[in-house]
Amino acid sequence: MNAPSYNFAYLDEQTKRMIRRAILKAIAIPGYQVPFASREMPMPYGWGTGGVQVTAAILGPDDILKVIDQGSDDTTNAISIRKFFGKTAGVATTTLTMEATVIQTRHRIPEAPLHEGQVLVYQVPIPEPLRFLEPRETETRRMHALAEYGLMHVKLYEDIARFGHIATSYAYPVKVNARYVMDPSPTPKFDNPKMDNCAALQLFGAGREKRIYAIPPYTTVVSLDFEDHPFKPYRFDAPCALCGAENSYLDEIVTDDKGGRMFVCSDTDYCEQRQAEGHRGRESAAPHKERAHV
Amino acid sequence: MSEPVSTPDDDQPLLIADGLSKNYGRLAACRDVSFSLYPGEVLAIVGESGSGKSTLLQLLSAQLAPSAGRVSYRMRDGVLRDLASLGEAERRFLFRTDWGYVHQDPAQGLRMAVSAGANVGERLMAVGWNHYGRIRDTATTWLDRVEIDVGRIDDAPKTYSGGMRQRLQIARNLVTEPRLVFMDEPTGGLDVSVQARLLDLMRNLVSELDLAAIVVTHDLAVARLLSHRVMVMKGGRVIETGLTDQVLDDPREPYTQLLVSSILPP
Amino acid sequence: MTAMIEISNAAKTFTMHLQGGVELPVVSGVSFHVEPGECVVLSGPSGAGKSSILKMIFGNYRCGTGRIDIRHQGKVIDLASAEPRQVLSVRRATVGYVSQFLRAVPRVPTIDVVAEPLIAGGTPRTEAHDKAGALLRRLNIPGRLWRLPPSTFSGGEQQRVNIARGFVSDLPILLLDEPTASLDAANRAVVVELIGEKKRRGVAMVAIVHDDEIRHLIADRIVDVTSFAAAA
Repeated sequence: MNAPSYNFAYLDEQTKRMIRRAILKAIAIPGYQVPFASREMPMPYGWGTGGVQVTAAILGPDDILKVIDQGSDDTTNAISIRKFFGKTAGVATTTLTMEATVIQTRHRIPEAPLHEGQVLVYQVPIPEPLRFLEPRETETRRMHALAEYGLMHVKLYEDIARFGHIATSYAYPVKVNARYVMDPSPTPKFDNPKMDNCAALQLFGAGREKRIYAIPPYTTVVSLDFEDHPFKPYRFDAPCALCGAENSYLDEIVTDDKGGRMFVCSDTDYCEQRQAEGHRGRESAAPHKERAHV
Repeated sequence: MSEPVSTPDDDQPLLIADGLSKNYGRLAACRDVSFSLYPGEVLAIVGESGSGKSTLLQLLSAQLAPSAGRVSYRMRDGVLRDLASLGEAERRFLFRTDWGYVHQDPAQGLRMAVSAGANVGERLMAVGWNHYGRIRDTATTWLDRVEIDVGRIDDAPKTYSGGMRQRLQIARNLVTEPRLVFMDEPTGGLDVSVQARLLDLMRNLVSELDLAAIVVTHDLAVARLLSHRVMVMKGGRVIETGLTDQVLDDPREPYTQLLVSSILPP
Repeated sequence: MTAMIEISNAAKTFTMHLQGGVELPVVSGVSFHVEPGECVVLSGPSGAGKSSILKMIFGNYRCGTGRIDIRHQGKVIDLASAEPRQVLSVRRATVGYVSQFLRAVPRVPTIDVVAEPLIAGGTPRTEAHDKAGALLRRLNIPGRLWRLPPSTFSGGEQQRVNIARGFVSDLPILLLDEPTASLDAANRAVVVELIGEKKRRGVAMVAIVHDDEIRHLIADRIVDVTSFAAAA
């Protein structure tokens, strides 16, 4: 352990200032994608280089950092990023949503309501919501500039024509502050309502594509839809098998090769908190039983 | 069928070209072109490749800035505006609503991987239609109008034949009921039998919707069938202009006589 | 003027640029008039310029000099100097033309070919089709053919479709270029009848007819075109 050989939070101060300027601009223009000079990070693209740079730029010595990947605090990606900042910044880390001041996330928004003073940092693979229908970057920028968003509805139209309903279930496009259409990163659309009027600051970093965008606290975020096909958040129709929660986003876990499966909270911290409070699901003990087989 | 009302507006030009020129270095692609187009009028611009007709179409549709001269257009509020004075947002709005543009290659005017219904509906969604059922109904009506089997509404145009694609492109353009449509060799890439059907369809739509159109074509038969008026271009200049049948049956200029005499008898 | 058509000193010359700029005078000094309800027949040998005069009155050929005044919607318009838009307006509301040959879009059904002038003039589609059908029936085109494009028809049938198209609307001036040329006796009689009806409704007509018998039946006045022969 020789933390002093790194600058605080790995990035040099000049780079952090550059990133902070981009963040400030992003906050000033909610939903607008601000270009920034994304740096090489000691991890491959796709592993959260954008989120890590944003986190590095905003982290202070007193911050308490939480990192989640698909809602979980203990997957490889979450652990390695948490360790990275533990080592390069020496900040305190936590798995408790309520306690954290900075939460870096991939693909989820925590179930527990966020509060003022917290910052949620999203890892973004593809920041441009119009990309799949209009591949020309010059054209999509112009469309954003002129607020020409008819194309976004074409995507939803295609869903309904093909599946009878809006089948887009993640990276569901939203309109921020009644102006810019934004890709909320590949979070499930279940989480979209949490972005609206959120007390915490939400920052989005895309490392490979060199873009940062933001939703300031208490900003309106509306999921796009049709009058006759309104936006509906989706979750499996089941309670969590471990904590019995009826309103959390669930992961489906296959338990054997005979079609057995169970649904558990994707947010591990939320699930553990509930279990600690005494909530129980149908199969609370199941994982332990399975372990006994080994 | 609505009654054609002869409003005083009909006496006011929809589009005015005034001394339009375009130079590429020393090459004058378009020289001093002036004319007025009235509501419901179909103008054909004919000439060989390199005569400047495509450049002129781009100048008229504000896709290219003229080196000299200007194009004015009467907006829906009746005010005549210089196209160069429009902001980009206004110009693009015009293109999505009051104008249509039919490309020779339908792939340029369509989203090939998106269903036919969405291709037609896109312009509606772009002007704020937000009811899936109504968008789909309107798209269905238009597919029917351009003689595309409505059972194909959810198929992407990449699965369509050339003629169907071109008809789909027309539906996509007309769904917002534009007043002016630009067409660049609309029958260019099609088989002769398919051309006839498309021409007939276009002729009917143009007269039913009282559309004004500017059609660029090298095919004098297309000009004869579709247009009221024709402009013959050569070397970037309009060398002869007049009623279509007048110019084709009684051509005055040597070049026009050559063009007309080059047609194979039917 | 009370006349529907008043032509004064009109002339037409073709310049054949592809033949080294040869000047080909067709007619000159053309002067005559046509009153409402009158049928003027142009006479003269082939090549005397009869068809050219009709085309000048229709605005199809441009005049070199002179005037071609047409009474159009209560006003007089000189077709020799009119704007293309005015010529179109005259054709829509005042002057109809029955040419020798039918020129139609390849796949359009006969009934639509005939009804088109009415629809263009604002007549509702069904009413236009009714009138077109009635006329086709009079001209002995059986109903089973109406949905077919006329390009599949015989020469005589095409000619009758052409006549139906020309006679279907109520225009105050009609120009007829050999309307009976390829018709049998029965159909010729129908055309003579139709011309008679138009006259009674005050339509002014200019016709070219080679058949002496027909000319005798329809002509109120004969204008000899040879007197307009251009001095070549």
